[in-house]
This record gives sequence, structure tokens and C-alpha cells, in this order.
Amino acid sequence: MDHDQYADEYLRRILSSVRTIAMVGASEHWNRPSFFAMKYLQDKGYRVIPVNPQAKGGEILGETVYRTLAEVPVKIDMVDIFRRAEAVPEILDEAIALGAKVVWMQLGVRHDEAARKAEAAGLTVVMNRCPKIEYSRLNGELAWSGVNTGIISSKRRKL
Amino acid sequence: MAEKPRTPGFETLAIHAGASPDPATGARSTPIYQTTAYVFDDVDHAASLFNLQTYGYIYSRLTNPTVSVLEERVAALEGGRGAIAVASGHAAQMLAFFSFMEPGDQFLASNKLYGGSITQFGRSFKKFGWECVFVDADDPENFRRALTPRCKAIFVETLSNPTGVVVDLERIAGIAHEAGLLFIVDNTMASPWLCRPMRWGADLVIHSTTKFLSGHGNAMGGVVVDSGRFDWAQNDKFASLTQPEPAYHGLRFYETFGDLALTVHGHAVGLRDLGATMAPLNAFLTITGIETLPLRMERHVQNAQQVAEQLASHPAVSWVAYAGLPSNPYHALARKYLPKGAGSVFTFGVKGGYDAGVALVEGVELFSHLANVGDTRSLIIHPASTTHRQLTEEQQIAAGAGPDVVRLSIGIESVADIIADLDQALNKTKRA
Repeated sequence: MDHDQYADEYLRRILSSVRTIAMVGASEHWNRPSFFAMKYLQDKGYRVIPVNPQAKGGEILGETVYRTLAEVPVKIDMVDIFRRAEAVPEILDEAIALGAKVVWMQLGVRHDEAARKAEAAGLTVVMNRCPKIEYSRLNGELAWSGVNTGIISSKRRKL
Repeated sequence: MAEKPRTPGFETLAIHAGASPDPATGARSTPIYQTTAYVFDDVDHAASLFNLQTYGYIYSRLTNPTVSVLEERVAALEGGRGAIAVASGHAAQMLAFFSFMEPGDQFLASNKLYGGSITQFGRSFKKFGWECVFVDADDPENFRRALTPRCKAIFVETLSNPTGVVVDLERIAGIAHEAGLLFIVDNTMASPWLCRPMRWGADLVIHSTTKFLSGHGNAMGGVVVDSGRFDWAQNDKFASLTQPEPAYHGLRFYETFGDLALTVHGHAVGLRDLGATMAPLNAFLTITGIETLPLRMERHVQNAQQVAEQLASHPAVSWVAYAGLPSNPYHALARKYLPKGAGSVFTFGVKGGYDAGVALVEGVELFSHLANVGDTRSLIIHPASTTHRQLTEEQQIAAGAGPDVVRLSIGIESVADIIADLDQALNKTKRA
């Protein structure tokens, strides 16, 4: 699996198949990137469950914060990782144990060895990308701010 | 895997990039969204937009759907990650430097730029405390010699107007990157069809879209394209992108938007505060022009090469400065960086000096005597009697605008007519 570039279809399939996302490293501070991504993904109809080892209970954007993935009481489709690369192997082990289908590592986060292990266990892996950016790129919204989406289409986009 | 992304060709991008059918109406040609503002769904939606947490339109000073199509189009043609369109080429330079310069900062630029850029960098930028140090780019090592700790960027033109200088992009990019500096290239005179500077290491590419991109001499505009490859956090020079932005409650652009940081910053801060927005109608005209860019450029350079060759052997002409001629000192660089042709703007010397130059521009019948380049029409100007007339003769010569210098921008008319018009006008100069 080439993790330097992803085909649009690969990302589209992931984003259209998952519904519940556990966001590891979610922050309660509104100006942090994870907060941006969580709010955006909620707006697009995903359920996003915040996970943060430092959390002392409480809620982020209406969802209870859990300290570990194992504590999350609902079935998780995708684990979105907002942590440094060093923290990735442990999180992936938990994700495999929970039966998540997808692990997604944020911009700047990449761990090839852990990714290979997750793929061997049947998970789909995305690294060094942001689901908010990819979602908006694929549905055409990113062009609203001058971004080169790489999309060429003569079909009318659904609003 | 079978899902390898497929990259469309240049001609396909020139027509389609950024311009899927209008989602609201299905209109196939890009609609002109002539509106200043956009309604919010509710207060929460408005808050998300203002916090940059969701994408959408707020106010056309920042973003507009017609302008966005142009931005994506040019970004795609240059191989960039994103772009910011603005009111003119000068506004593009202003916005590019504004995104990272602070008072007391310095940048290096080639000393053979378009005269308007020399004035903007050398005089007006001083008022912001930005210092431009001009360097002879013929020897790329001159940039290394001029480096100081306050230096943040190197700026050159692919093909300079009007002197026809071609710079060694790859070597200068290397010098910039070794020093952790941003490499900015003005690609106006080449257009992305002749040269894509990001392939040679440019981090930002700037255009006056008024020229070849628009192509028809009917719309002002400029654009800044970001490659998305520059590491803003590699040193502490680019604080505006790496440090908390107070006006967005401490948001850090690079951390939050990754390789989109400059594109988002250019709209959310640059256009918000500089306000040099491109008009939607101008964006529409420019998008339409770009659709035929490959065809036009092919003809522009084919005509220019023939005209330059004819002039080189004309008895009323003393010299021709066109990098497409094998005798030109920049010919080798042009073959590397501009293999499809050395552009269509060049200068030549008319025998008889100032008076002959005046007689020539007044004697043409097909060429238009005006101060622009990159039009479908052939254009002519005698700098010493127009754009450079306020300078002394010594200053004119130093700027490549001596009394005998005539600048041509070769259009896409029938080449025989272009040559015949120059020939009849040159014959009049002998009587001047």
C-alpha cells in the first residue's frame, strides 16, 4: 500500500462507509485543529466521540470524553489520531482489539511500521491527512477557498 | 494497486480545472457571482465560518465562487496546492510578501525585473520596513553572497520584462532552500505553458493574470500560487504562519491547515486586511481566456521566433534581445527552462536612436502603441519616450530602456502581416 498518495476513490470509500469516529487527542479548546475537525465532521453527519487520556470527564461538542478507546461504550468504525507518531503503535493495538475498520492519522502523523501491522490485521489505513480537508476536497467545498482539489468533472455536484 | 491517481494533461486542466458545472443551476460556463455577501444558515453556521471551522462564503472581499474557479485553475496549471487571486499583479506581490514579512525583514531580488516591480520593492515596500536588496541574477552565487540573517525570501522572474533575461531557477532555488528561505518566482512572461517554476523548486509562483493568462487585454488581475511544499516551521522566520494569530483567537495556520496554510492565510488575513480583491467579472474573463492558453502560447512563441529572426537581419535594426535566438546569451538557459519557446515579448535596437524609435511607434499600423504585454494583438512601445521618460539617459540605459530600445509583444495575428507592418514602419525611421 502506497501511503505517499491516495486515490480519490480510496478516501471516498472510507469517508462514505464510516459513521462513528473515535477522535484520539480531541481537545476541548475551540482553536485547536482537532476541535475544528470534530465540529466539521459532526456537521457532515458523523458521530465523533472524543478520547483524551488527560480528560477528567466532561463533554466536547455535546459528546462525553473518554480516557481510552476501550472505555468507549459504542461500536467504533474509524479511529482518527491527533497524537504524535510515538503514541501511534499503542493506539493502533487498541483499535485492532476493538475491531475498528479504519485508522486515520492526522496531518504530520505517520508510523509506517504500525500501519503495516494494522493492515495485516485487516484494517484500512490513512496517514498524514485530515478527514475534514479530504471530505471537503472530495465534495468540492475546499475550492471555496482557492484550493487545487485535483477534481476534474463534467457532472453537476450534489449540494 | 489499480487506483493510482491519474493526472490530466495541461490542455484538459486549462479548460476544466476548478470548473465543474455550477452546483446550483447546472450552468456549464462558470457563472459570474456578482454579489458582495452570502447568507448564513443560522448563528452557529456564521460562527463556524468566522472561526474558519467550516468552508463557505462570507463576504466577497475574502472569497467569491467565480474567483475561486480562477484560483483553482491557475493552481492546477502551475502544479500548486492552492492560490489566491487578487486585483492585479502588483497586488499579488504585495499579498505574497505581506503573508510573511515583518518590519526590519529583508529579501533578495534580481535587479533585472519589470520596472514596476523594482519601484514597488525598492520604494513602496520601504514604507512597511521591508528591505529589498537587488542582486545581479546572471551569477546565482550573487544571491548566496548577499544573504543576511534578516533575509526571508528570494524573488526572480522566469523571463524578465523587458530585458529578456532568463534566470537559472534550479540553482537559485537550491541557494534559497539551503538557507531556509522561500523562493518566489514571477512567471507572468512565460505562463505555465512555457515553464512551471515549481518543477524547478519555486515555493510560490506569482502572475499578473492581465497578461498571457487572460490573454485578450481585457481584465486586470493577479494571483499567488502556493506549492504547499514549503516547511514554514523549519526555522523561526515565518511566525505569521507558525505562531498563534491573535485575530483568530490564537489559531496557528500551519498546524491547523498543513500544506493549505498559506492559501487559507492569504484569504483570511491577506485579503481581509489588504482588500485588493479581484472582481468576479475579471475572474470570469480570465477563466475564459485560460481555456485557450495552450493554443495561444503556441502561436505567440512561433510568431515571436519568426519576427525576431527577421529583425535580426533587418538593415534598420542594430540588435535583437530574444532568448530564442542562438546568439543570445540566455539561449542555453531558455532551452532548459523554456523548451517550447522563449516567450513573445522582447526588445530590439533601432538604428537612429531616440528619433527613430519615436518614428517607428508612430509609423506602425497593425501594432498597437500602448503599455501592456501578452495580448492577442501585437503591441509596441518605445520606453525612452513613454514609461521611462522621467529618467536620465544614463538611468534609461541602466534599466535596459536606452534611447534606441523598442519593446514588442508579438500577438497571434498572421505572422506575415506582423512582419510587413514592422518592415514598413522601420523603413519610415530611415527618414526620421
